[in-house]
Amino acid sequence: MPKSKSDKLSGSVMVVGGGIAGMQSALDLAESGYYVYLLEKSSAIGGVMSQLDKTFPTNDCAM
Amino acid sequence: MLQKPRYIDLNKCTACGECAEVCPVELDNEYDVGLSNRKAAFKLYAQAIPGAYAIQKTDRAPCSLACPAGLNVQGYVQMVGQGKYEDALKIIMEDLPLPGVLGRICPHGCEDACRRCEVDNPVAIRDLKRLAADQFDPRKIKIECLPPREEKVAIVGSGPAGLSAAYHLARKGILSTIFEALPEAGGMLRVGIPDHRLPREILDREIEIITNLGVEIKVNTPLGPQLTVDDLFKEGHKAVYLAVGAHRGIELGIPGEGAGGVRQGVDFLKELNLSGKTPVGKKVGIIGGGNVAIDVSRSAVRLGAEEVSIIYRRSRAEMPAWEDEIQAAEAEGVKITYLAAPQEVLTQDGKVVGIRCIRMKLGETDSSGRRRPIPIPGSEYDIEIDQLVPAIGQRPDLSAIEDVEGLAFSRWGTADVDPVTYATNREAVFAGGDLQTGPWVAIGAIAAGREAAESIARFLDGRDMAEGREPVTPENPVYRPIPEDNAGKAREKMPELPLKDRKGNFKEVELGYDEDTGKEEAHRCLNCGYCCECFQCVEACIAEAVIHNQKPVEREIEVGSAILCLGTHVFDPAPYEDLYHHESYPNVLTSMEFERFLSATGPTSGHLVRPSDKKEPKRIAWIQCVGSRDTAHCSNDYCSSVCCMYAIKEALIAKEHTGGDFTGTIFNMDIRSHGKGFERYYERAKSEGIRFIRSRVHSITEADDNGTLKIGYVEESGEIYEEEFDIVVLSVGMEPDPSAVELSRKLGVDLNKNNFVNTDDFSPVMTSRPGIYVAGVLQGTKDIPQSVTEASAAACASSVSLAQSRGESTKEKVFPEEKDISGEEPRVGVFVCNCGNNIGGFADVPGIAEYAKTLPNVVNVDENLFTCSQDTQEKIVEVIKEHKLNRIVVAACTPTTHEALFRETLRNAGLNENLFEMANIRNQCTWVHSHNKEEATEKAKDLVRMAVAKSSFLEPISDLMVDIEKSGLIIGGGVAGMTAALSLADQGFPATIVERSDTLGGAARDIKKTWRGNDVHEYLSGLIDRIEQHPIVEVLLNADVTGSSGFVGNFETDILTGGKTRTIKHGVCIIATGANASSPDEYLYGKNPRVTRWHDLEQEPNRIKDARTVVFILCVGSRDDKRPYCSRVCCTSSIGQAVNFKEQNPEINVFILYRDIRTYGEKEALYQEARDMGIIFVRYTIDKKPIVTESDEGLDIRVFDPVLQRELLIKADLLNLATAIEPTGHEDIAGYFKIPIDDDKFFIEAHAKLRPVDFANDGLFVCGMAHYPKPIDESIVQAMAAASKAAIILSQPCIKVSPLVSQVDTEKCIGCGLCAEVCNFVAIIMEEIEGKGFRAKNVPASCKGCGLCASSCPQGAIDMLHFRDRQLLAAVSAVR
Repeated sequence: MPKSKSDKLSGSVMVVGGGIAGMQSALDLAESGYYVYLLEKSSAIGGVMSQLDKTFPTNDCAM
Repeated sequence: MLQKPRYIDLNKCTACGECAEVCPVELDNEYDVGLSNRKAAFKLYAQAIPGAYAIQKTDRAPCSLACPAGLNVQGYVQMVGQGKYEDALKIIMEDLPLPGVLGRICPHGCEDACRRCEVDNPVAIRDLKRLAADQFDPRKIKIECLPPREEKVAIVGSGPAGLSAAYHLARKGILSTIFEALPEAGGMLRVGIPDHRLPREILDREIEIITNLGVEIKVNTPLGPQLTVDDLFKEGHKAVYLAVGAHRGIELGIPGEGAGGVRQGVDFLKELNLSGKTPVGKKVGIIGGGNVAIDVSRSAVRLGAEEVSIIYRRSRAEMPAWEDEIQAAEAEGVKITYLAAPQEVLTQDGKVVGIRCIRMKLGETDSSGRRRPIPIPGSEYDIEIDQLVPAIGQRPDLSAIEDVEGLAFSRWGTADVDPVTYATNREAVFAGGDLQTGPWVAIGAIAAGREAAESIARFLDGRDMAEGREPVTPENPVYRPIPEDNAGKAREKMPELPLKDRKGNFKEVELGYDEDTGKEEAHRCLNCGYCCECFQCVEACIAEAVIHNQKPVEREIEVGSAILCLGTHVFDPAPYEDLYHHESYPNVLTSMEFERFLSATGPTSGHLVRPSDKKEPKRIAWIQCVGSRDTAHCSNDYCSSVCCMYAIKEALIAKEHTGGDFTGTIFNMDIRSHGKGFERYYERAKSEGIRFIRSRVHSITEADDNGTLKIGYVEESGEIYEEEFDIVVLSVGMEPDPSAVELSRKLGVDLNKNNFVNTDDFSPVMTSRPGIYVAGVLQGTKDIPQSVTEASAAACASSVSLAQSRGESTKEKVFPEEKDISGEEPRVGVFVCNCGNNIGGFADVPGIAEYAKTLPNVVNVDENLFTCSQDTQEKIVEVIKEHKLNRIVVAACTPTTHEALFRETLRNAGLNENLFEMANIRNQCTWVHSHNKEEATEKAKDLVRMAVAKSSFLEPISDLMVDIEKSGLIIGGGVAGMTAALSLADQGFPATIVERSDTLGGAARDIKKTWRGNDVHEYLSGLIDRIEQHPIVEVLLNADVTGSSGFVGNFETDILTGGKTRTIKHGVCIIATGANASSPDEYLYGKNPRVTRWHDLEQEPNRIKDARTVVFILCVGSRDDKRPYCSRVCCTSSIGQAVNFKEQNPEINVFILYRDIRTYGEKEALYQEARDMGIIFVRYTIDKKPIVTESDEGLDIRVFDPVLQRELLIKADLLNLATAIEPTGHEDIAGYFKIPIDDDKFFIEAHAKLRPVDFANDGLFVCGMAHYPKPIDESIVQAMAAASKAAIILSQPCIKVSPLVSQVDTEKCIGCGLCAEVCNFVAIIMEEIEGKGFRAKNVPASCKGCGLCASSCPQGAIDMLHFRDRQLLAAVSAVR
């Protein structure tokens, strides 16, 4: 495990990919006290889910 | 990590879209899977976060790199394509002051580099440059120049190098004088090129561009004894640029060359160009193969020569003249003899009368890369001519400069200079152009002049002349892939002067494109570098947010762990092209393409049309398993887990879009609706007429000219059918994204054979590399809820590993101080949302906005495309401040999803978040009244009026903060419960497990192995050990929950254990009460010992050893009327057992009687393995269930086989039933915690997709089979996810509860106690007040804000904050 300069574990996490999974991981960690770097290769987060129209089985808007 | 440039400043961009508006570069829109276009300046999608635009740009286009002067070719070609000629010229003239000249005579190396050559012919770049100069006078282009400096520079020679140097110096504020030996300026451009290629007016006009900048040209002023370089310095010039060109023709070196009638080509052209005429023979022979030879020949024809022939020693392929020119010369009557060389000039009376030539052949390749010509002995022949023009090359005339001190020359007679700075050995003297290179292209001289100007400027400043100027060429340039649909668009032809009109004059032959042709031609450009750097966006951006020179930033970040959520790549159906014709038939779509057609933000704004003829489709087919469960067309032996469900969804939505007479048909192998609520969705689709055909599709053909498709398919019974459809949708599967695979490998994370990240059934989010976790499809195919759950689980794993550093790296978000609005009159701001098309398409949004302006207290109304977009939030904050708004109404969608966002926006603007009201004009208006725009608009106005009326009475309400009991209660001691407990305890939060039975382990105790073969017993005992030894995990066995009260952060739950009730305080509760296999009353279960269920048989290996035939029946009690859900685990579990039996006893016959095999994900491989082993699968339907009877030998099982179309009788020794999984009776728990259970008695999560482990009530979570049947790995994931969510609460210093609670007016209260009686949450208590008796008092932290108390109060003494009577009455009274 990488140690930070202060010789403690880093309180930061890197989440790679800004789709629905990456966003959820990032939110959970950020809300529970970690600094999150969310990396996304395109110019916006959202991933494949943002391209979907509605989602089964509730037919909610994916957006 | 490498952060790629966005080229747009995130903080400045207002997402106004002006950059995209002016951007000329059209690209495929990947968001619409290429079904629509976007610009190189773009926003990925309307609601994208961040909302800022981005510019897509890769390496500089090859045309630009090939240009010696590095002109931004792509940029000016795009500008010409837009008809923006002035802008095109601005781009060109950044480097090149002579656009119309080079637009005619440049040999255009750029076109050879054009990637369009790979498709058909290059873009006519040169001709487009000329078009720009034809359409707009380049003299009118404003050239930005620095203020003039005192230093003067002398330039010798007014050819392209000299002119370019003067131009670029002038732009740097350095004025120069050009000394020209000839009577006219222009150098070789003037005297080397005849007018039919470059009219002199064009050259004159463009030289004016340079002289207009203050450059002086002195003609007839040659360097020589009268004017030396030293003289130039003496005259006060601070630097001298020598650009005298190469004007001296090279002699043939054969006898007779001195005869009359022999004339050097350059001299011939010089005289012609300076005087308009020159002596020409009747029979002219020209020696050489370059452009000078061709120019002379075409000029000779024009001057009246009767026979003009060119003699060239190599073949046509080696000829350096341009192909177009050669063809033009031939067309004009010039004869070209190849592979011949002159040997002697034949003379008579000192005049040429002929030439003796010798035939040549081509030998080895020489240093120029061309094959060396070799004379063929004895092949001499004579031809009769009266004029001979040698045109085999030129060299600089050095007579005036060869003695200049410090100058050095090469053995070819050219000047030696520094290749980067063009400085000679003599200080302050520079040289370039043909003088330095020997005869070369004009654009090369232009580049040289520009570089010399840079050096001279640096020299005058005393700066380093070379620094930072080494040319850089990208090693592996990244270019836009050549779009497939762009091929075959032929290059536009250049119109020419008809042949008959060319004789006897020097009129220009190439007439130039007209505007339309030019635009067409420009549109052939492939935009290799994406962005063309035309900088139109820079001008358009008011916010000055565009940063074209942004560079990639390499960053190093320190993190304690990493989570890979690299997602999926939608399968490309190319391997199925022969079968399904996705590329060639317009009406064959992938499911993602179809998804975009359904979407309101898609290419047709949600109007479903058949691509071939834009008609509304009535018959749509889905073909399942494209790229999944298939090793014939691809190597994906797994099931993509989601395609069945999305196909059903698409069919249902398509039916909604098209209405009545729609048929949706899904061709499938099995329907896999194994998730929560999925089976009911499948049944609903069937009841709505969606057809499910179990079959194999063997062909798709086009049935008519309109693109109607015919599907040929074979049903299970072997019968062959054909049917026509308007659209065929290929239900394409999912694969790990190739870049994700590459990155995972780079990070040292192991992948499995399908390139999914290798994980273990018991640690499903751990990769092979400690500290790196995985979630989503990169771990294996899955749907959205499963991805979301896994993401939370990965967050949990990460948090467990870093718990000691929690809070070390974070900062709390600080909102601006809340503004006190007491005493202010209401100032209401209304924001009306179009929601893309969702509202704007069905109601008159501008009309609604106008109407809102007329409402009382409204001071500002705005209309937005998407009010929820990030840029709009920033705008709202500004508008609130600007108009001093103190009440905000958003007329948009539902508060359920968006209220929190807007409330935060209010806080960002310094307003209390409760000064906000939403009018739901989408879900409650346009969605339900989509057929009547007028009425929808009126209703929306009503809703807005109500919201505005209420908003005027809104008041600020302060937050309620309560402390948190930092521990968790876990109900259920199975794998899910234990995992959840450990996941909390490992983060430092004490956990108590309440288990009803006398032992931990739950349903997993019966299971031997997971589907991958991992030992469950071993895992379980390890898990129990960890639980028992964990210092902050307490286990209560034989314990029952008997009651619970409290709220998030502060629950008190009563546990009955050992005859005593104990009250446990806890901040969160995770419910993991599990599920059990049901006991059926069919198939002789319980009546015959040969009939067992689930894992019973596994436990008795001896029975397997002795058996000859074992039968499994699946879906026993699942997917029927009583339990209309799929139990998810039975197929995999039964097949796994069957495979084990077969391994233990290969002689055994195993039959599996099933309805659909649902081995989703990589479990599909197990199904395949079972089939390969000879396990026999027989499908049955619910209306033809197997019949089991006892016989003397064992069991007789009869089942109808749909493949054989007859009944089978299986004589079985053993029958094992996969009975339905049903939840344990946990209705009591549901009651105590007031959490909902569904019709199947499973707990209902807060949101099926986005909050899969939460309950609507805060602080309560669900995991494991209490939620839905699932295998161990999924239970573990869900338990970790629940712990992740619980830890979010437990890690807060205190908790904010909703302040929207009841408020008692004790003056009005009469103490009747009705309110306390009706409250379900003990949130109103009766308190004795001295002298007044009892009065009601509210307990804000317990209050759910339901309002029961308020409505029960006979005195009207109770009001609900934010829903006060006067607020609601105002809204209601506003209804007309």
